[in-house]
Amino acid sequence: MKTENQKAWFFVLPVLALVAFNALIPMMTVVNYSVQETFGDNVFFWQGLDWFQQILRSDRFHAALGRQFMFTFLILIIEVPLGIAIALSMPRKGFWVPVCLVLMALPMLIPWNVVGAMWNIFTLPDIGLLGYFLNHVLGISYDMTQDPVAAWVTIVTMDVWHWTSLVVLLSYAGLVSIPDAYYQAAKIDGASNWAVFRFIQLPKMKTVLTIAILLRFMDSFNIYTEPFVLTGGGPGNSTTLLSIDLVKIALGQFDLGPAAAMSLIYFAITLLVSWLFYTLMTKDDLN
Amino acid sequence: MQKRSIVPIVYILFLMLPIYWLVAMSFKTTNEILSGFSLFPQTFTLDNYATIFTDPSWYWGYINSIAYVSINTVISIAVALPAAYAFSRYRFLGDKQLFFWLLTNRMAPAAVFALPFFQLYSAVELFDTHLAVALAHCLFNIPLAVWILEGFMGGVPKELDETAFVDGYSFPRFFATIFVPSIKAGVGVAAFFCFMFSWVELLLAKTLTAVAAKPIAATMTKTASSAGYELGLLAAAGTLTIIPGAIVIWFVRNYIAKGFAMGRV
Repeated sequence: MKTENQKAWFFVLPVLALVAFNALIPMMTVVNYSVQETFGDNVFFWQGLDWFQQILRSDRFHAALGRQFMFTFLILIIEVPLGIAIALSMPRKGFWVPVCLVLMALPMLIPWNVVGAMWNIFTLPDIGLLGYFLNHVLGISYDMTQDPVAAWVTIVTMDVWHWTSLVVLLSYAGLVSIPDAYYQAAKIDGASNWAVFRFIQLPKMKTVLTIAILLRFMDSFNIYTEPFVLTGGGPGNSTTLLSIDLVKIALGQFDLGPAAAMSLIYFAITLLVSWLFYTLMTKDDLN
Repeated sequence: MQKRSIVPIVYILFLMLPIYWLVAMSFKTTNEILSGFSLFPQTFTLDNYATIFTDPSWYWGYINSIAYVSINTVISIAVALPAAYAFSRYRFLGDKQLFFWLLTNRMAPAAVFALPFFQLYSAVELFDTHLAVALAHCLFNIPLAVWILEGFMGGVPKELDETAFVDGYSFPRFFATIFVPSIKAGVGVAAFFCFMFSWVELLLAKTLTAVAAKPIAATMTKTASSAGYELGLLAAAGTLTIIPGAIVIWFVRNYIAKGFAMGRV
């Protein structure tokens, strides 16, 4: 199909230059910091791999990493099935389709710190809509600045609110690409709803679902702004996810060496898990 | 069929509740907000919006945000178009590795890059300019634009290119007058996603600006520091940040669902 042409490199050159400028130079800076110690004044000392060992052995890092995996796991386990279910129940054509899509995409277009601020005022115990409803109508004691469980429920709900639509849009795109003939054939065969889903809809959604799960994994694993604005990592350290902890070390304590080492470990974990997901989900295509 | 539509309706209601609360709060006075719970604004006021539209430090935030988002979208699409063409039409040394490497840039947590970005853009003397933020956002927008455009280009038969060359079109003329117009929808979708991710990102935008190019989302943090929380003002500013996205999404509503679906994995 495609022709071999090395001159195609010239077409890619501008992209390569821009992305390399933004990716390689900062990455080299991070690598540089990660093996040195500084006491300010641009004086650096060679430190070797000490920072890496220190981070990998520290309880603080393990705890933050554990919370991060917990968060991402909850996000995927809730958003992916929910997104598929909503996409399945949407009308295939008609006036309401574009209206639904626009309304559903709206949360994704709100700046991330506004999302955090918005959920903050939404959940204030006495004057927020949700906070008031839970405390004064249902009588459930709810204050996410005091109660770690409430804080977790809130950040997970916020992310479900924010990003489930991405899964919906992608699954929906996969569903509308299924020709009507497939459904008619299933009807003639007397296939159950489950069989239609399992053998027609799910395989057709596979490509877009791979994209959806990968994007949701990467973005939820790297999440920073929304939980930072909403809970600031608290109460205590209960919602201090990996990137919040990282920024605390790098900008709060200005420990550049450990922060840089942690960045690289963090990036490596993201890369490794993404690659695992990708390989597992596309494995069948190769056979 | 009717029973099924309950699910999307409930979901959309859930999505709209926090947005409603933000908008309702923006029409309340700070006094009313702090004095207790009210479902609808009792003392309906436009003061919060008046403050934003008359104070330059507020409305320049919007102008700055829109400026760097627009520059970023133009740069991303302009460089992604030829690259996507190369990936969709040719095999070349290291093409697959390059494509994967581009995608990995979406995986790097922005928090990792904040400090090095500050140093890099200070060193090239672009700190606190619109161009700095626009270029920095290219890190995650260019890979995405290439990915989406490549998907759309794959849907255009190769015969189109061959016929044009036989007819004596030069490559630049063919590309600009025939090929790009034939993937208009793809360009629209890619531009939409570039706009979206640049508009919602704050960490890098805030790190790379101080005064002259400060984004609106960063301006909002000042409501927190001055004299307690001015929640009404915060809500009004937040409401205004939703509007540009809503306008853009309306234009591409028929293509958004398609956008990602056509990208290859």
